[in-house]
Order: sequence, then structure tokens, then C-alpha cells
Amino acid sequence: MTVQVDISHRLGNFAVNARFESAGRLTALFGPSGSGKTTLINLIAGLIRPDKGRIAAGGRVLVDSDAGLFVPKHKRRIGMVFQDARLFPHMSVASNLRYGRWFTPAAERYADINGVVELLGIGHLLDRRPAKLSGGEKQRVAIGRALLASPKLLLMDEPLASLDEARKAEILPYIERLRDETKIPIVYVSHSIAEVARLASDVVVLMQGKVAASGPTGAIMQRLDLLPAEERGEGGAVLDAAVLRHDEAFGMTVLGSLAGEIRVPLLATPLGAPVRVRIRARDVMIATEHPVGLSALNILPGTIVAIEPGEGPTVEIGLDCNGATVLARITEQSRQTLRLRLGRKVFAVVKTVSFDRANTGAGLPAEADG
Amino acid sequence: MNWLLDLAPDEWNAVRLSIKVATVAMIASLPPGILIALVLARGQFWGKTLLNGLVHLPLILPPVVTGYLLLLTFGKRGPAGAFLAEHFGIVFSFRWTGAALACGVMGFPLMVRAIRLSIEAVDRKIEAAAGTLGANPLWVFGTITLPLTLPGLIAGAILSFAKAMGEFGATITFVSNIPNETQTLPSAIYTFTQVPGGDAGALRLTLISIVISMAALVASEVLARRVGRRMDIE
Repeated sequence: MTVQVDISHRLGNFAVNARFESAGRLTALFGPSGSGKTTLINLIAGLIRPDKGRIAAGGRVLVDSDAGLFVPKHKRRIGMVFQDARLFPHMSVASNLRYGRWFTPAAERYADINGVVELLGIGHLLDRRPAKLSGGEKQRVAIGRALLASPKLLLMDEPLASLDEARKAEILPYIERLRDETKIPIVYVSHSIAEVARLASDVVVLMQGKVAASGPTGAIMQRLDLLPAEERGEGGAVLDAAVLRHDEAFGMTVLGSLAGEIRVPLLATPLGAPVRVRIRARDVMIATEHPVGLSALNILPGTIVAIEPGEGPTVEIGLDCNGATVLARITEQSRQTLRLRLGRKVFAVVKTVSFDRANTGAGLPAEADG
Repeated sequence: MNWLLDLAPDEWNAVRLSIKVATVAMIASLPPGILIALVLARGQFWGKTLLNGLVHLPLILPPVVTGYLLLLTFGKRGPAGAFLAEHFGIVFSFRWTGAALACGVMGFPLMVRAIRLSIEAVDRKIEAAAGTLGANPLWVFGTITLPLTLPGLIAGAILSFAKAMGEFGATITFVSNIPNETQTLPSAIYTFTQVPGGDAGALRLTLISIVISMAALVASEVLARRVGRRMDIE
């Protein structure tokens, strides 16, 4: 399913002029606050009417200002998960979940209530009222409610933004399952690199109401210039890897990637399963020779393919490690001392402990249907 | 105690009539009350201030003026009265239905106000969420807006009922004070105070009036609390 957006919309003195197209399994709309992400997703959902433009999803035109076409939100069959769960306070969790089913034509109901309840782990909450749920539980119920309307497209507007780290960690695996186990394409709004790198198959970067870049996650995440200043420290390469073996004795998992073996803290993922890791540029050291007597466990050989000035005293070095890109942020002083230049063969050094739960997640399984 | 319960048939009728008139006035006001409250809370249109003023008019005008205006419009020769009598057989003048109309009109601003406030308190984002789940605006209103407005609806209905129980000026002007037909409790009490030796009767009806009003108030409190608990609005 392809989502095509080409709109211009003005809100006060803020204008959104965006054009993008994505057929990804989970497309992230990524950008700093005020970049127009939420406006865009509200336009797709039909919560706002654009001044001008065209929106289509899966070949169905939803908005076409030239033809005077605007499909109202209740006829779009597009599910939406809001940042503030927006559960119906006067209904039980079970009634909230069933709400959308009433309005779905019987022939188009594909979502099965037991399956969704199991997928999101909300079986024990069914009789409760929304007021009695925690933030994370509310958000899981909101996801379930949207799924049970059997949508053709699922929109998620910063679903984790109002939750604390523990709650985020609780929900992320459910969103991964959603992405991998259901066939619904997802458009996901986020300003967090950690979330985007972990979840997205494709990224659309928004800046000041315009699309700054779009493409597959791996390619976009390497472009540190696209990242907002406050998130730049989180930037880095995203590598798709697979579990090679678990080292129970030392509490580590060894991943195989293009760049070589990567040791991360022990994962519960089964052998062979895809895993996606994000290596923050600031966590990567560069050595000109294979280091000895060093505690760091991950040493990846590579060639310098890019040197970009970074913020303040830093430079950003791009390495080609056997086809995979790894980014490093070091000081200009180190670069000069080590005489790093394009084409030089070096070693990227990454500590195992720099991988945490926020940057190690389930990888996207190999695509069968594109 | 005996003199208290020993009501004359006319007095019993006044009690029964008052309850009937107040109940009918309350129930008949609800649909238009919800509609007008919705329009005032959500609508953006020319003349909204005028409509708001019109709804509040019975609250500001002397009741006698409202009663007289009703007489002019809904009386036998009034435009609305003649039309309704001819096409639907509904006659208001000097009937208990007229008393109900007068009471409904007098309580209308109170009802609309209570409902409007609670409609304005409904989070429109929740309605938008219902829309994305496939509910058209009518369904959203019926399944989200209206249930969330329930406490306000109850409050509005009880206010309308209480106002109807106490209505005197507009009723007596519009439909007069006919025993067994339009003589509600206040009218009956007024009649007792106008005749020598009517003190005991006036006091009896006054006490009954107090009991009914208190019962209505308690009922609304219980109902509102039950609804509130069901919705977990803390």
C-alpha cells in the first residue's frame, strides 16, 4: 500500500508544504516539534482539511482540492492512535475496543478481538474503566481500539511521547509486533531518533513544514545533518543484523552484520532472528591500528568515506565497513593527530555497554511482498 | 397529625396535577433543550446572540409577561394556538397542557444552561477519535457526546422539574386557576390564602410542596452520583 501526500496548508503564520510517497511497512514522519508532523498526520486522517493538495492511500484518493474531493474521517477507514490515548471515559476497556467494529462493514472486518487482545497483552484489563489504567496500558488499549476497526492504514501520532522511559520500553515491543505480525501499513510520527531507528522501515524527515529528505531508514539515519540539534547526540548508523549466538556465561549476544560481529548485552531474541542496532556516532572511537589491550569488544575494520565538520570541536567520520556504514564523532584534534583522511583504513571501536534497550530492537523480517 | 393527611379531594388533585404538569413539562423540554443547548454550545452562526437572548427571556421577564405572551400566541385565537388546535387537536388555553407549556417555557433557560455547560465540557478530541473509528457525526453525538453530557442532562431536567413545581405567575396568567384542571400546588396555596380559614389548607399544601421538592433534589443527587461513579469522573 502506498501513501501519497502532496499538500499545502497554512495554520496562522505556519505553513506546511509537503510532498512525499511511501510504501514502507512503517513510515516514520520525523522532525523536531513544530515541523508539521502532526499537521500532516491529521491531514491524512481527515481531522483537518488542507487548503490545497491531494492525498491518496492504497490507490484511493482521499483528498483532492482541485476536484473538490474530501472524504470525511469516518469514511476513510484509517485508524489513528493519538499521543493522549483518548479512550472513551464512559465505556469499559472492552467497549472501547469494540467501538470501531460497529462501523466496519462485516465483509471488511479482518481484525479478530482475541488476536488483538493477545497481541497487546490487554486481556486482564477488559472489565476496567480507562480512568483506572496506567499511561502505558491506556496506549495499548488505544492501539487495540484502532486495530479492531480493521483499518486499511494505521496512523500513530507520537504514541510514546507522553510516557516515561519504563512505559516506552514496555510498549515498543508491541509496536514491533504490530509492524511485523499484521499487514497494516503504519505511518508513525515521532521526534525521537531512538524510536525511529528502532521501528521505521522508511523515514520522511520534516523541517519547518517541508520534507527535507525521505528514504529507507538506514540511509536517512546516517545523515547527521538532518537531525535536530538536541537529538544530534543520538544520531548514528542503523545496522540490520541477526542473532548468531548467545553467550550466556558473559550475558552477551553476538550479532552478525555486514560490518562484522557485534556483541551486545544479552537479548531474549531467538537464534537467527533479525535484530536492528543503532550505533550512536558519539559511542564510536577510531583506531588507526587494530587495538590491543583494550576493553571494548567490538572492533570493526573499515575505510573512511566521509569527513564532515560537526558541532563545536567535532568532526563526523563516515566509515564503510564492508558495505555497511558506521558513523563516528570525534574531535578535530584527534582527527589531525591521527591524520585521518578519506580512503584511510581504520578500525571503529564500540563498547558493548553502549548498546542499551533503546537502541537494540527487533529487526524487520525479510520482506516477502515488498 | 390527622389534619395534615386529611386532604380534600381538590387538594389531592392539585398535588397530582402539579406532579403531572412538572413531569410533562420536563420530559417535553428535553429534546428541544438538548438541541438548543447543542446549537448554542457548538454552533457558529449569525444570530446566535439573539437566540441565546430569546432562550433566556423567561428568566428575565416578569412571569406575568411570559404568561400573557403565551396567551397571545397559544391562546384560542393566537396564531400558534389556532394552528395546533385545528391541525393536531392540541388545545392549551385553560387546560392542564397549557400549564405544562407555561412551566416548560419558564424552566427552559435553566435546562438549556445546564446542558450547554456540560456539552461545552465534552472533550472534542474524544469525539474526533470516535470519528476516526468510523462513527458518523450522528453516532458520535449519540454514543459519545450525549452519554458524557448525562450529568448535565440530569441537572437540567431536575431544575426544569423544580421550576415547574413552583411556577405560578405565568401559569395563572395563561391558563387561570381552575380547580381540577389548571390549579397546581402554588395556585391552590394562593387560593387558600385568599379565603378566611384557609390557613390549615395552605400549610398542608406547603409541607407537601417541600416534601416533593426535597425528594426530587435527593433523587437527582443519587442519580448524578451513580452516573459519575459509572464514568469514573474523579
